[in-house]
Amino acid sequence: MFGFGILSGVTFLPLVGVAFLLTQKGDDAASLRNIRWATLATTLATFALSLYIWSGFDTTSAAFQFVEQKNWLGSGLVYKLGVDGFSMPFVLLTTFLMPFAILASWDSIQKRVKEYMIAFLVLETLMVGVFCALDIVLFYLFFEGGLIPMFLIIGIWGGKRRVYASFKFFLYTLVGSLLMLVAILAMYGKAGTTDITVLLHTDFPKEMQTWLWLAFFASFAVKMPMWPVHTWLPDAHVEAPTAGSVILAAILLKMGGYGFIRFSLPMFPDASTNFAPLIYALSVIAIVYTSLVALVQEDIKKLIAYSSVAHMGFVTMGLFTLNAQGMQGAIFQMISHGLVAGALFLCVGVIYDRMHTREIAAYGGLVNRMPLYAFVFMLFTMANVGLPGTTGFIGEFLSLTGAFQANSWVALIATSGVVLSAAYALYLYRRVIFGVLDKASLKNIADLTPREIAIFTPLVLLTLYYGIQPQAILNATQASVDNLIQTHTALIDAVKLAAAGQ
Amino acid sequence: MPFFVQLAHHFLPETILAVGVMALILIGAFRGERGFGLVDEMAVGILGLALVAIALSSTPDTSIFDGAYIDDGFSRFMKALTLIGAIVSILLSVDWLQRNGLEKFEYPVLIILSTLGMLLLISADNLIALYLGLELMSLALYVMAAFARDDGRSSEAGLKYFVLGALSSGMMLYGASLLYGFAGTVSFAGIAAAVSTSPPIGVIFGLVFVLAALAFKMSAAPFHMWTPDVYQGAPTPVTAFFASAAKMAAVAITVRIVITAFPGVKDQWRQIIIFIAIASMLLGSFAAIGQENIKRLMAYSSIGHMGFALIGLAAGDEAGVRGVAIYLTIYLIMTLGTFAAILAMRVEGRYVENVSDLAGLSRTNGWMAFFLAMLMFSLAGVPPLAGFFAKYYVLLAAVDAGLFGLAVIGVLASAVAAYYYLRVVKVMYFDEPAPAFDRAPMALRAVLAASTLALLGFWVYPSPVMDAAAAAAKSLF
Repeated sequence: MFGFGILSGVTFLPLVGVAFLLTQKGDDAASLRNIRWATLATTLATFALSLYIWSGFDTTSAAFQFVEQKNWLGSGLVYKLGVDGFSMPFVLLTTFLMPFAILASWDSIQKRVKEYMIAFLVLETLMVGVFCALDIVLFYLFFEGGLIPMFLIIGIWGGKRRVYASFKFFLYTLVGSLLMLVAILAMYGKAGTTDITVLLHTDFPKEMQTWLWLAFFASFAVKMPMWPVHTWLPDAHVEAPTAGSVILAAILLKMGGYGFIRFSLPMFPDASTNFAPLIYALSVIAIVYTSLVALVQEDIKKLIAYSSVAHMGFVTMGLFTLNAQGMQGAIFQMISHGLVAGALFLCVGVIYDRMHTREIAAYGGLVNRMPLYAFVFMLFTMANVGLPGTTGFIGEFLSLTGAFQANSWVALIATSGVVLSAAYALYLYRRVIFGVLDKASLKNIADLTPREIAIFTPLVLLTLYYGIQPQAILNATQASVDNLIQTHTALIDAVKLAAAGQ
Repeated sequence: MPFFVQLAHHFLPETILAVGVMALILIGAFRGERGFGLVDEMAVGILGLALVAIALSSTPDTSIFDGAYIDDGFSRFMKALTLIGAIVSILLSVDWLQRNGLEKFEYPVLIILSTLGMLLLISADNLIALYLGLELMSLALYVMAAFARDDGRSSEAGLKYFVLGALSSGMMLYGASLLYGFAGTVSFAGIAAAVSTSPPIGVIFGLVFVLAALAFKMSAAPFHMWTPDVYQGAPTPVTAFFASAAKMAAVAITVRIVITAFPGVKDQWRQIIIFIAIASMLLGSFAAIGQENIKRLMAYSSIGHMGFALIGLAAGDEAGVRGVAIYLTIYLIMTLGTFAAILAMRVEGRYVENVSDLAGLSRTNGWMAFFLAMLMFSLAGVPPLAGFFAKYYVLLAAVDAGLFGLAVIGVLASAVAAYYYLRVVKVMYFDEPAPAFDRAPMALRAVLAASTLALLGFWVYPSPVMDAAAAAAKSLF
């Protein structure tokens, strides 16, 4: 339509919902219901559209598909969208999880519902845009723009220390991204274009690669987040409303990993190889250290937040192994973590809505009153630990396999993280679900409502399905991963050859 | 070229303003106190007419009045911005003046006089014309700063501005006389021809003095000291005029003089510009953090923004000047929108100007809070708002020119600045409501909404601004 393709459609469809919400006035029950249903319908329609795109997606090709291009800002900037094996799964993950975020906010958000829904829909547009953008400035636009709605979501609908958490989130991410902006400008100066497809085949001088890599690293490391710049995450997670935490953990964190795959690895191959030991070191520290920190947390959300940092450590480790297993595992881990961490935050939301506390000590013996909930929570806890049969296992196993080929010491230490993750996850589960139900406030707690069952059923099924049938996701990314590794190896060999020839 | 042809073809906007302002003085003098409404409306009409004259003129770049004055693409672009700033400042001021019993016809007259000075300044092509324009602009501004004559703070602002302004005029004259003495000419082209790559030390001295005086007018650090006090003390609509139109003219002449008169000593003036830019950005970012008064906050914010705009000038090439032009356009929109919001801060008939008075605005006046929040995000440079593109193009020029250090300091300063812009958003959205504001007059709401929509929609259709800025920059080289 108007020369725009289907990816523009899926990116900007949520804004159509926003336009409708803006026409809604009043705070009575009927209009609130309208607002909620309209938002849900918008996110479902977006998901349906992305499924349609997926149905036409050719998984055997590493090329960008559904590419559309428009002249935009003159002087090299173009409006260009496209998806490949790396971005397609993330587009699907985003559109898939948004309806759950909306459903999770159905009853728990009672004040300023319209603004809340608008913020989420705008956020969805920006998130899908990040994964679809094929112009690096356009990517930056979406990447940074996402800060505004998330800042408001945490700050308006968050918990007690929401102001602190929202500022920390915003400023941390901003500083990292601004350095990336300077790097983007330098790349533009060198290559004369901001088109990602061209930049992928541009050879940046070795010296320059180092600086560019560091600038991009500043941005993505904060976003992932990697140790030691992860400290904004626990605060943001704890204070954000349930749906905010879900989106934050499931999608916003993945932008960091996506950034590494899309920019750092293919565009700066030399620097990526040189800096791989740094990444390994930070990753294993993240895996071991944050797992230990998670063990002593008193707050459920904070515990899951630290566990997220640890799991992201597997992702960065896997990505920089630069072999098929490691990278496939890392991407799989990101998708899996999106489902599992998202679901875990939803689980916390269920009991938080009932008891309005996230203190682990305030719970205990929930299995007696909430058997269904105990089952769901157990399943996702196990997936988080990486039990075979769930998605978590595939991701961790593959990235560890990859790491073992690259550096066995790294793999050895990282594996200990798996043990630690079992420790904190099971310890959490025991304290919340088992034990004696002796707290008076818990005596009348009710099990999952039909709405909550509807939320969890698809997540449970997908976690199990992809745990047993990982091929569905691995096939989608395989062509792109192989392509990246081949190009990378060729480039590195060429450099080695040149060095040897001298 | 005959004198009258020059007037009609290349001096039309200035002629309109000059003739118009004399007519307005007569009308005002005959009608006395009752004349305000008529004079005010006519003033908008006259400025509008001048804007139309600029928009319709498409003459090639021409030097007139024996090389004292130039009519080129750059001057037309900057004049259009200045006139827009002046027109909107008048629109913003009407309600404020009436409520404070200051509806005197001198106000629009002073605005036009000072705008005339700005237009002369922007087009000045020798040092005499430059000084003439600078003084005409400044003298009117001194009076305007003290316009609320029964208000001690306003008088203080006027006096402060005058004393420090006189000092800067002195520096300008000293620098100009040094330049004349060493170059033997006052025309910019003549200076450019006389000043080669190894200039005598006197020329460098002259350049430093001239740039210091201009930095004073731009309120760039370290010559910014008057800015917070004058911004806070002056009547709010006057502050809006200072922050919008006056800045356009001051930056424009700075760009013109270093690019056209000193191309041979680029390395020398570049050092000065880089220093001013870094000092302004850092000062603007850090000093604004503790401000409670929103006018004072905007004063520091404007210092920081001037520093950022000068990054483009430091690059010193066509891309850099284009960046400056884009920056100023977007800065003008952001400033006018923000001051419209500040002028709408009125509780039970009383004007308030503290950040804390905005508390909980999102609940008492959702649209105003949304507009102001978007303005703040844009001032902070968060994409996809226009403020990001302003920064993008000056940074691009700086990186292309190899000024990586400057670019990195710039982005870090803007991250610090983001903190205090966010604080305004936080007060409006996260805090408990303060007393609601009175209903704002139509003009303020219209300006606020229009500027916000322009910032939000900039990325959809940026080409008019981009093309005009590119053409403007081209004419200087």
